[in-house]
Amino acid sequence: MSKVRIMTGNQAAAVGATLSGVQVVAAYPITPQSQLAEIMSQQIEGGKLKAEYVRVESEHSAMTVCISASTVGARVFTATSANGLLYMHEQLHWAAGARLPIVMCCVNRGVGAPWTIFNDQQDSLSQRDTGWLQIYCRNNQEILDTVIQAYRIAEKVYVPVMVCFDGFVLSHTMMPVYIPDAGAVRKFLPPYKPHTILSPEDPRNINPVLFPGRRENTEGVLCDGYMEMRYKLFAALDGARDVIIETDEAFAEAFGRRHGGMLWEYLTEDADVILTGIGSIASEATVAADLLREEGVKAGVVGIRVFRPFPKEDVRRALRKARAVVTFEKAVSYGYEGGLCSDLKAALYGTEVKAAVHGCIAGLGGRDVKARELAEAVKASLADIDDGRTEKTLWLNCFTG
Amino acid sequence: MPDIWEYEESDMSKRDDSISAMCTPAIGEAGKTGDWRSSRPVIDHSKCIPSLKKKPACFLCWLYCPEGVVRANIPVEIDMDYCKGCGVCAEECPSKAITMVREGATDE
Repeated sequence: MSKVRIMTGNQAAAVGATLSGVQVVAAYPITPQSQLAEIMSQQIEGGKLKAEYVRVESEHSAMTVCISASTVGARVFTATSANGLLYMHEQLHWAAGARLPIVMCCVNRGVGAPWTIFNDQQDSLSQRDTGWLQIYCRNNQEILDTVIQAYRIAEKVYVPVMVCFDGFVLSHTMMPVYIPDAGAVRKFLPPYKPHTILSPEDPRNINPVLFPGRRENTEGVLCDGYMEMRYKLFAALDGARDVIIETDEAFAEAFGRRHGGMLWEYLTEDADVILTGIGSIASEATVAADLLREEGVKAGVVGIRVFRPFPKEDVRRALRKARAVVTFEKAVSYGYEGGLCSDLKAALYGTEVKAAVHGCIAGLGGRDVKARELAEAVKASLADIDDGRTEKTLWLNCFTG
Repeated sequence: MPDIWEYEESDMSKRDDSISAMCTPAIGEAGKTGDWRSSRPVIDHSKCIPSLKKKPACFLCWLYCPEGVVRANIPVEIDMDYCKGCGVCAEECPSKAITMVREGATDE
């Protein structure tokens, strides 16, 4: 039996992790993630979750504990934000390279310097190339459901999954959330099977130095070189799309809710212009699309749910009829533009999709993003595109001198 | 202490031995590292200092070798398949019995 509770995004993530039957949690508190770490600790110390909470002195150690525990067969969970995530950076690469199905929540927060505790997505988007699968949520229900889905995906493809949601906008905002039945979750999520078993009878050296070339071991078995291992990780993420979509479908069948698989669409069928973004800003864009439609502009929204692997086929299909696309991003690649804008343009290049793509940087460090501002930016972009300006990066609602 | 081992042993079946990099502890698992050598240790056993039963071997080369490739025989032997030619043995030998000779050059 499902029940509805009013809860914050952090609470929703904690319920998701608890229902997933995590066995080891190692997390270091950081705003806006702290509540999530606290709830996990309470659940475990209060005997409600049969797991071990490992207290660590840093996020680097938190991820190291997760790596070790996952290696020996435990389902593990951690969560962080902003500079905490950046401090984990080395171990993020290690977790992915070791092919460990760790699930981590990143409660998105802007990074210092200068300090901010408020929301943007610079933290997780700057971890794009660590080999982690990244899923972004747009509401608290999706957070809970995605944590459960994340374990199933991670343990199928043996790639760690980052479940990202916007700090404060979701982490500290209360919404009604359906809590799935624990038995149904257990059925949806079979026990974790590690790809390698460590045992004293069969000792292994895990992730040793690999040489550039392929090489025979002492038993004469030809073993992969470093580059083959890199290719396998690449192929695992490349092939994860089918698993992500299948998992969302299976989840819909079991619990009656689907979240779009790789991306979700709003009024795209006849849309002339499509607003796109990652996470809660894409939800805001649906309100902007409604405003634009009231003014006679056929607007739709594509919300990018999975950023890595990048949904290239899915965006090509979703944007095929659009004349213009405007991306709204809470992150920037300094010296170029928003990362989503670049990836989107690359996915469309050389295809039949000829939409002009404008990039809009918005809401950095918690700056408010209003639907009417998004709508105004879209109208300005459409006017520019009509004037032949196919390329543009705008800093929304920002004094730029 | 929570029981984190509640799953049956049979649940934890091996899936893919080569999904992540690993090796088994075995001599030569990292290849014949002797071919990294640019100079090799040559021992003049007549200079070895007697320490055990008055036989010529003090075993300091065996003790100091960071690769464990010196066999504590009398006289001592170096496994040239794995000696990387670091020269620690020659440096530590109290009687200067060990000379590092450039690979390709003759022993004399």
